[in-house]
Amino acid sequence: MPDPVLRLQGLQKHFGSMAVTDDVTLDVMPGETHAIIGPNGAGKTTLINQLSGLIAPDAGRILFDGADITNLPPQARALHGLARSFQITSILPGFPVVENVALAVQARAGSSLRFFGRAADEAALNRPALAALEQTGIADRAHVRAGELSHGEKRALEFAIALAMEPKLLLLDEPMAGIGREETERLVELLGRLKKRFTVILVEHDMAAVFALADRISVLIGGRILMTGAPEAVRADPQVIAAYLGEQVE
Amino acid sequence: MPGATLAATSETRLRHPARDLVVPGLIFAALALLPLAAALSAEQYLIDLAGRVMIFAVAAVALDLLVGYCGLISFGHAAFIGIGAYAAGILSAQGIGDALVALPAAVIASMLFAWGTGIICLRTRGAYFIMITLAFGQMVYFIATSLALYGGDNGLTIAARDTIAGFALLKSDRAFYYVTLGCLLATYLFSRALVASRFGRVLRGGRENATRMATIGFDVQRFRLIAYVISGGLGGLSGFLLANSTEFVSPAYMSWQRSGELIVMVILGGVGTLDGAIIGSAAYLLSEEWLSGMIENWKVVFGPLLVLVVLFARGGLIGLSSQLWRRFGHA
Repeated sequence: MPDPVLRLQGLQKHFGSMAVTDDVTLDVMPGETHAIIGPNGAGKTTLINQLSGLIAPDAGRILFDGADITNLPPQARALHGLARSFQITSILPGFPVVENVALAVQARAGSSLRFFGRAADEAALNRPALAALEQTGIADRAHVRAGELSHGEKRALEFAIALAMEPKLLLLDEPMAGIGREETERLVELLGRLKKRFTVILVEHDMAAVFALADRISVLIGGRILMTGAPEAVRADPQVIAAYLGEQVE
Repeated sequence: MPGATLAATSETRLRHPARDLVVPGLIFAALALLPLAAALSAEQYLIDLAGRVMIFAVAAVALDLLVGYCGLISFGHAAFIGIGAYAAGILSAQGIGDALVALPAAVIASMLFAWGTGIICLRTRGAYFIMITLAFGQMVYFIATSLALYGGDNGLTIAARDTIAGFALLKSDRAFYYVTLGCLLATYLFSRALVASRFGRVLRGGRENATRMATIGFDVQRFRLIAYVISGGLGGLSGFLLANSTEFVSPAYMSWQRSGELIVMVILGGVGTLDGAIIGSAAYLLSEEWLSGMIENWKVVFGPLLVLVVLFARGGLIGLSSQLWRRFGHA
């Protein structure tokens, strides 16, 4: 059996006296799409924020690709190959779409202490950026200001930014949140293509999307992992139905 | 076809193609020709005034790198002018009155100060950054007032302008004027290249969304610190010029009011444009000169004018001019 890409060991996070991440232990295997589901306030975004380094856990370890990244800042984790999208889209709205992605290419290229030469014109950065936009289907919008994109297009841009980082693990925090029905279908189809090439952690409320995409599902309730298993097993589990899925299925 | 789309990229970046070439072209042509025109009338007065504008424009452009491109409002930028000026003044008092030593000393001293304080200041954001840069600025101010050996409160008179490799090339006011112009031009072109470069793009990205920049792998604070050091060094250059221009160094060069004036210059001209910093320092110093000639309490008039510019001319004088350009020239 291959080593897991990501391994969480006894992760703990308290906000005041409330445990938002309560002894979370989890392995994510290479190539799998691992969904994390749970009701609002279950601590999903807090967990993702600990993975990408935006908040520090109180206890426990995060092992990524064989290295302990528990104490690394977000930028170091990104360079290690950990890319994320945000529940509330996080892009550079004033920049052209292509430059949003070209910056991710530039971060990987590593030589950002260049004080001369117009970065916007560098083909070596723009070509991979355009390729990533091509893959997420918004290459025709490359030269629009990113702030002018539709909701769904901004998501696609976030994915393109993540792709340009050539990540070992993609963290997607509620990619379908606040997106219309039609665009959701397109994004599910897009993620269906991307998941073949990447290891993905998918936090999502849209159960149709989760069951269409996930290889395994962990159910998070009150900061604790209630169960982890294949989609069919999770769907059939009485505890999960009682705690979360019951309200969703109707 | 990648070639065609890449060309389009640079088009979208050039939001104001006319402004990007015409405005700086006009500014520098006017500054270059001014001494010739001035020869016909009040030469000394105009050269002094324009020289002063250019010296502060160097510092204002440096400040705009931080305010306009990093989103960092430094309220202590006069400290760098002061450090540059005192470096030149103290060296001259010690008998080292050559620009080949004094200029690098002024710039490096300012950069070192920027590095040391920047590490601390950049741990804070927003209002706290403003306060802590102000505090460091005041610290240098009080150190200067207590330098009894170098004039203390009263300042320090410099015997003569710096020589260049032993030659008194800066003695003539007109030569010094053109050296100042050259320094401003170099500062401007360097800054223009900087903000468009890979480095500058990281700064601009960090201003828009620092979290996003971190999650794609940039240590934004490190880039900001480098920008702070560069900006400080340019402030030191401005101070070196100021000391040589007035042949006098005073703690007043780094009072907090002076730092405030630099911010006003940047905002008045238009934040994040570089051209605006030059236009803003000209507008501020010329208003000061002429309004104070006409009205004793000129700031009573200038204050409301500034409020009007901030309220109605978004993007400062530069923004105002491009609004007018669109409305009347290219409707």
